Amino acid sequence: MRIIIAAVLFAAALALHMTLEDRAPVWAWLIVFVAVYLIISYDVLLRAGQNIIHGKIFDENFLMIVATAGAFCVFEFVEAVAVMLFYQVGEFFQNYAVNKSRKSIAALMDICPETARVATDDGGEITLDPSEVEIGSLVVVRAGEKVPIDGVVEAGDGYLDCSALTGESAPVAVTAGDVALSGSISTGGVLRVRTQKRYEDSAVSKILELVENASAKKARAENFITRFAAWYTPAVVIAALLLAVVPPLCIAYNSGAVWTDWVTRALTFLVVSCPCALVISVPMSFFGGIGAASKHGILVKGGNYLELLDRAGVAVFDKTGTITKGKFEVVSVACADGVSREEVLLAAARAEYSSLHPVAVSVVEAAKAYGFAPSSADSATELAGRGVVVQADGETIACGNLKLMSERGVNIPDGFISDSAGTVVYVARGEKLLGAIEVADGLKEDSVAAIGALKAQGVKTVMLTGDNRTAAARVAAEAGVDEYRAELLPDMKVTELETVIARERGEDDGSRRGRAVAFVGDGINDAPVLSRADVGIAMGALGSDAAIEAADIVLMNDSLAQIVLAKRIARKTVGIVKQNIIFALAVKAIVLVLAAFGIANMWLAVFADVGVAVLAILNAMRALNVKTARDKRAKTVAQTPPASR
Amino acid sequence: MVKTYKVANLDCANCAAKLERALSKIDGVNSAAVNFFAQKITLDIEDGRVDGVIADVKKTCKKVEPDMSVKFD
Repeated sequence: MRIIIAAVLFAAALALHMTLEDRAPVWAWLIVFVAVYLIISYDVLLRAGQNIIHGKIFDENFLMIVATAGAFCVFEFVEAVAVMLFYQVGEFFQNYAVNKSRKSIAALMDICPETARVATDDGGEITLDPSEVEIGSLVVVRAGEKVPIDGVVEAGDGYLDCSALTGESAPVAVTAGDVALSGSISTGGVLRVRTQKRYEDSAVSKILELVENASAKKARAENFITRFAAWYTPAVVIAALLLAVVPPLCIAYNSGAVWTDWVTRALTFLVVSCPCALVISVPMSFFGGIGAASKHGILVKGGNYLELLDRAGVAVFDKTGTITKGKFEVVSVACADGVSREEVLLAAARAEYSSLHPVAVSVVEAAKAYGFAPSSADSATELAGRGVVVQADGETIACGNLKLMSERGVNIPDGFISDSAGTVVYVARGEKLLGAIEVADGLKEDSVAAIGALKAQGVKTVMLTGDNRTAAARVAAEAGVDEYRAELLPDMKVTELETVIARERGEDDGSRRGRAVAFVGDGINDAPVLSRADVGIAMGALGSDAAIEAADIVLMNDSLAQIVLAKRIARKTVGIVKQNIIFALAVKAIVLVLAAFGIANMWLAVFADVGVAVLAILNAMRALNVKTARDKRAKTVAQTPPASR
Repeated sequence: MVKTYKVANLDCANCAAKLERALSKIDGVNSAAVNFFAQKITLDIEDGRVDGVIADVKKTCKKVEPDMSVKFD
């Protein structure tokens, strides 16, 4: 508003000046323009004054005033006022852009529940601040509301939208006994949730804390800017002083015109001396990138990790639970002649039911599809290293490996099951073979695509596992990883990782390639490896404090596609930062050189200051927008109205 | 000991950078981070010196950014 008034006044003064310049003495014009100048710049004057009292001389406000006051001294009234006006307009746009983007970033993190509805003993409800709710309280969450605190659903059925936590948009069905994490939104049904944590320890608080504190770990680019800013301003000011004094002394110390010219050039220098464009836009880009990532369920603990992830030339994966599901599943059933798949599975499940071995659990799970129900009359004997034998309905069912079969005299035809991909469980009734069940830890649905995408981004993939060579080779081939190392004990994984790191840094052949190494694990038993890697990425970490603690980047859900997305966000963010640094430095350098030769005027200098800052901020805003394939799909879905349920 | 404070009216990123520099120079502050976007200050203060250091922090904030207000609780 003040800017508009000032602009109008300036236009009026300028019009007067142009038409009546010769009719009034110079001092009259001086008064007119000083008056307009004061209206435009009183806040700048005020701030400059305050800062000088506090002993800060190289302050943006002060330098602007020196520059424009200098213009008055050399009788460039119009220029002085216009430059100050232009500067204020630029500052206005800069503040507008900064606040706008700050709000967009804040909106990304708007996952905090504001209130908690707590059920009281008399059946009523009171609304409390989430931080006041005690552990063991019963909170009521209606449709459209956020779960305020981590807890367990005690009553009610409904759906929870966990997208703010995991980036996963499909709602999860919950019923009594299920965990409800804070920050997820109920999309249907009333849930009564018994809280298990305090608000400060709930998922939503942890996530917010992590993202907001991410700025404490600065990227190299940010540190560079901080150091740069510390010497840039004084250097430019000293250069301006020299420029004002030295050349006129050398050329012609008695000519007033020369002095005016060089002082003007020096003043132009002062205008360009603020490193604002960089100081604002670089941290903003990183913060925007971190914000965008958190929106997709990727928590980044600092700008430096985005930078490192961008430089990562190798991604090292843990096998179990990372590339694979970490859960055994029946992948195929081979049946003897005249025996159905159902019969094999049901018989096996009877034998395996009482066993807690992961293989047994997966067999029982598969048999449930055929209506398997345990019978209490069965008595099973577990034979370590061989399998299980059960007496059921007067028959003996044996379930186990080849060794068990030969012990029991079961004949297995040659090539009955070939090319076994996982663990094979043979099933026999008496001495007759019923079939064989193949159980394996299968790949996650998106592992192959994600590893392919990483390779397309130029990342080499390595898999580490404690598993045997056969299983490792199979998973490595299926997933398409470039290299694998098998039969590693947990401490050997660290050693292996160190070898990879040394290779990537180019330490072994002296090439110093300087590429970083990322390690991806599930965070359960690989904390040392996570912390040893340049970038430790823990996945499926929702609710696992240990993993969140050890990792540098935390994926809230366990899809490998998130890594591809994280890498893309990192690349985009670092790209924007580089563009801004180069752009801002280049413009400033050019304007400084032009000013020194007397080509650039103060207008150009103001553009190099605030104009570049605004452009850099607008560019930094792009870090916020990261589209995923799913977003694009969601857009098309949103255009067709959803069918009512 | 890490402490986080919310601030209001910290409205220039360059000032935030200056404030960060000034705060990290305070005796007893191991490290300081000013998050301009989240409007938060995070201080890592030497154990056992919190009360004394906070007084200095208040003074520094007032000096570097007079318009800014910090919620110390």
